[in-house]
Amino acid sequence: MKNRSLILKLLSAAIVFGAWEIAGRVPISYAFPTFLESMSALWAMTIDGSIFLAYAETLKPLVLGVAISAFIGIGLGLWIGLSAKFEWLFSPIFIVMQAAPLAALIPILVMVYGIGIVSKVFVVCIMAMPVIVLNTAGAVRNTPASIKDMARSFMASDRDVLVKIIIPAASPIIFSGLRLGVSAGFIGAILSELKITPTGVGDIISFSRSIADYPSMYAAIFSIILLAVIFLNLLEKLENYLFEGNNRGYVSD
Amino acid sequence: MAMSQTKPATAKGAAPAADIAVSVRNVSKNYDDVQALKDLSLDFPRGELTSLLGPSGCGKTTLLKIIAGLLPQSAGQIEVDGKTVTGPGPDRAFVFQDFALLPWANVLRNVAFGLELRGVAKSEREAIAEKYIREVGLAGFEKSFPHQLSGGMRQRVGLARALSVDAQVLLLDEPFSAVDEQTRRKFQEDLLALVANEQKTFIFVTHSIEEAVYVSDQIAILLPRPSRVSEIIRPSSFRNKGVDNIRRDPEYLDIVDQIWASLRSYVE
Ligand SMILES: Nc1ncnc2c1ncn2[C@@H]1O[C@H](COP(=O)(O)OP(=O)(O)OP(=O)(O)O)[C@@H](O)[C@H]1O
Ligand SMILES: [Mg+2]
Repeated sequence: MKNRSLILKLLSAAIVFGAWEIAGRVPISYAFPTFLESMSALWAMTIDGSIFLAYAETLKPLVLGVAISAFIGIGLGLWIGLSAKFEWLFSPIFIVMQAAPLAALIPILVMVYGIGIVSKVFVVCIMAMPVIVLNTAGAVRNTPASIKDMARSFMASDRDVLVKIIIPAASPIIFSGLRLGVSAGFIGAILSELKITPTGVGDIISFSRSIADYPSMYAAIFSIILLAVIFLNLLEKLENYLFEGNNRGYVSD
Repeated sequence: MAMSQTKPATAKGAAPAADIAVSVRNVSKNYDDVQALKDLSLDFPRGELTSLLGPSGCGKTTLLKIIAGLLPQSAGQIEVDGKTVTGPGPDRAFVFQDFALLPWANVLRNVAFGLELRGVAKSEREAIAEKYIREVGLAGFEKSFPHQLSGGMRQRVGLARALSVDAQVLLLDEPFSAVDEQTRRKFQEDLLALVANEQKTFIFVTHSIEEAVYVSDQIAILLPRPSRVSEIIRPSSFRNKGVDNIRRDPEYLDIVDQIWASLRSYVE
């Protein structure tokens, strides 16, 4: 069973990479390198260490922004979900934030916070936080009333209800919010490096494009996607570790 | 009539001089503009099983939740062992109609959950839970999760959880509604054995007249909204003739007919 899903994953990766290789050889555009060219560019960057230096830069705003978004986002989401007042007050802010065109906000952020890491962290947070907050709040609000009643009938304190009922019940949706938020955070991190100041992986992308070194550009893009996939898998592991029952299916009635 | 005691609810001392475990006095409950209960009074004798029987929507669940301390009443008061109820307490345990199990916890943790909330140490509460898991016939399923169990088995988990906290009063809201007829009959017999062995007070909501007459020491018939007790029936003679003979007993059949006669008018 486990083996089979691994085989399927490898198979789908092989199909995608194969298609990429063919599309690069045709070629569909002179600016589109083959898969193997991109991989050898990635290998070159790994050997000379430039990719690691780039990630040392890129990961700073990314990790910071995602961590802040996760903590504040889940905290705020719990709070909003638990109280009708805060939902009324805060929900519109995050709905607007989620809908706002980020590229238009970047000049304002740069004006206020400069071109340093603060602006970049902000961009990551603006991308990552709304979906985390909204998912958490929605999940908390939809906790089945009957299991809350059950806990209270066995004399659970408010804290027990939160820790033993609401959070575990909401955790699958909180985690799906986290997954979406983390993916959006990755987009935000690269976007901020392309739009604010070229550093890290964003610098590799824009620099290699400017000198028409397309294999390196695609190698950098590929590496960020790979990193995002690895990160999302780790998140899933964490979820299964913290909330064992989540992968056990749900009682439908 | 073969009926042994049928008294109007309003009469003082509708229950015998027995010790009263739960007493509901002049309780009313309004939900916004819906009046669910109106001036309802009812006594539940200790160690007996009392059924609440009435048309759908008449306020049976509401009454049970008020007794459990999960809902505040609009007027009147509830006493359990002479003490006024202000919220949930260790003296009462609820068996929920929809089971209310934790889907992410296995049977053992679900059954032990009431004790977990009371701060009982893990090894101790699991030992107690295992005992009640055996008692409800779920031995071997301790590590199963609710979605792996049938409806009837889930219901037993809910029952074991309520039993394991050793509360004096058990509140059962249509506990057998989700199981098939054979299982239901088995549960009814188990319930009778439980009432005989556990010395607890059972308050039992059901939609089935036959079931109510079969398992009850006392049956309270509720009127449609706003609900009051219209009749209290205490079957007396067939209880000690053995479980196998109850359904053939003339008194049993008479009471079933009589209850149907009084409820029929609300259905039509
Ligand atoms: N939370 C609520 N808000 C408003 N009205 C409610 C609420 N809960 C119950 N009611 C109303 O109170 C009345 C009694 O409801 P209750 O659930 O106690 O009935 P019941 O006797 O248990 O019915 P059933 O036999 O169908 O389970 C119903 O008419 C219902 O509409
Ligand atoms: Mg009900």
